[in-house]
Amino acid sequence: MEEFLQQLTNGLAVGGIYALIALGYTMVYGVLKLINFAHGDLFTYGAYLGLTLLTSLALTDRLGFFMGVLVLVLMVMGLVAVLGVILERAAYRPLRESPRLSAVVSALGASIFLQNTLMLIYGARFQVYPDNILPVTALDLFGLQVPVMRVLIVLASVVMMVTLYLFIQKTKIGTAIRAAAIDQGAARLMGIDVNRVILLVFLLGPALGGAAGLMVGLYYGQINFTMGWVYGMKAFTAAILGGIGNIPGAMIGGLLLGVVEAMGAAYLSIAWKDAIAFCVLILILIVRPTGLLGERVADKI
Amino acid sequence: MLLEVENLHVRYGNVEALHGVSLMVRQGEIVAILGANGAGKTTTLSAISGLLRSSAGEIRFEGRSIHKTPAHQLVAMGIAQAPEGRRIFGTLTVQENLSLGAFTQTDRVRIAKNLQWIHELFPVLAERREQLAGTLSGGEQQMLAIGRALMAQPRILLLDEPSLGLAPLLVKTIFQTLWEISSAGVTIVLVEQNAHAALKLAHRGYVMEVGKIVLEDRAEALLANSQVRDAYLGG
Ligand SMILES: Nc1ncnc2c1ncn2[C@@H]1O[C@H](COP(=O)(O)OP(=O)(O)OP(=O)(O)O)[C@@H](O)[C@H]1O
Ligand SMILES: [Mg+2]
Repeated sequence: MEEFLQQLTNGLAVGGIYALIALGYTMVYGVLKLINFAHGDLFTYGAYLGLTLLTSLALTDRLGFFMGVLVLVLMVMGLVAVLGVILERAAYRPLRESPRLSAVVSALGASIFLQNTLMLIYGARFQVYPDNILPVTALDLFGLQVPVMRVLIVLASVVMMVTLYLFIQKTKIGTAIRAAAIDQGAARLMGIDVNRVILLVFLLGPALGGAAGLMVGLYYGQINFTMGWVYGMKAFTAAILGGIGNIPGAMIGGLLLGVVEAMGAAYLSIAWKDAIAFCVLILILIVRPTGLLGERVADKI
Repeated sequence: MLLEVENLHVRYGNVEALHGVSLMVRQGEIVAILGANGAGKTTTLSAISGLLRSSAGEIRFEGRSIHKTPAHQLVAMGIAQAPEGRRIFGTLTVQENLSLGAFTQTDRVRIAKNLQWIHELFPVLAERREQLAGTLSGGEQQMLAIGRALMAQPRILLLDEPSLGLAPLLVKTIFQTLWEISSAGVTIVLVEQNAHAALKLAHRGYVMEVGKIVLEDRAEALLANSQVRDAYLGG
């Protein structure tokens, strides 16, 4: 039981990270019907920017651990959001009217560019988050000893997801995003500036992805310039699992995938950890290609 | 003159669909645009609302040139369109659809009053407030499309085949409502296959054929016109 609960909390932490990345894929897909293959790399930038800011600004020394990390998260989110907007401007907007395949190629090109830039700046080796400034203590949750970092990551990802959900569901701008995802032309007839919706989506998605990258750095301590590929594929799987284009779907898909993966690694074989995600992807594509929450209502024509 | 379209050309890729369309609409009028399938009626409306860009010609709204203005800005200027095929947001609720119609509006009191008026025009939209728009019947969806366009408090309302696919009784109701909307001071441009009903309602009409206006007259005159009778009124 103890082991099970440990795996469950671990799965939720990793799943929360997947979910945050998956939201970026699903929001961009929702509005542009495009898979942003460079999204995983923006996530990696979050991890690297977090490391640089953490060590160079010594935020945790100056502000204490909690305030320091909070400021760090906000800075990373802001910076990666700016990168997201630049990516949209440079790689996608010029191809808005071109065939779909051009945008896909451009996305892959942007991914390679971003990855290599990172390698040239930081080198190809693993980078390590300083372990002396992060708390390693465990929290006592009803008798279960859970690392503080794990609890914080679950909490932070849940807070971000709930905030995003409320924003999308309850605000005027959020409704405009949903409308543009359904029918861009009709959205324009409502007076919605679709270009601004796209811009907003490329701010929000990368901000969340960047935060996820920082979380990985804080949680595992080790980051690498290629890690965006694996995390990207898994988050993409999570997005498909929940139903691509569906925002609550990405959240549920991410958490579910994290837990399934943790359980699989614990009870089946650790060697199969990464394969589990891909088995889930293949299974979902065969059994329910629209994902768990995909296509809830068919439009009447 | 509220709206003037002058020598409008619109192309889809290499194919030109409108070859110099000119028409005008006065404040308070109901103007019908008739024509066979593929004549260019939808293309004309979409060029006015900014969804399509013209390759030549000019469109003026209250004297201002608007053919280069993006669609979303035209809504704020007072041009609203209920597009062909309704294009309601099916996975959003009826109420969310109506709220989106008022996206450019900021005066909450006026929005609420306007919503009340639309609920009076189409009571079913009040009953179905929380229902997903995609689950409405075809006729209800058409009412939602018109109501949604009215939420923008437009000076001019562009309607693309509001009677399409509706039972005769419902067509009558909708046209009755269009009359009420017009009486409230909204100028209407009405594209219709149902030429008889459209000309009964309209003050003036235009007839389009393959990307051109071929006839223009007062509605009664068009109803009496033998050419129009043969082609669009079933003899
Ligand atoms: N998206 C498009 N791409 C290419 N050609 C188009 C497109 N939309 C319309 N056309 C062409 O432009 C011409 C005018 O079409 P339009 O839709 O304006 O006609 P319409 O009068 O509205 O017809 P209907 O009564 O069937 O709705 C037609 O020849 C049509 O084939
Ligand atoms: Mg048409």
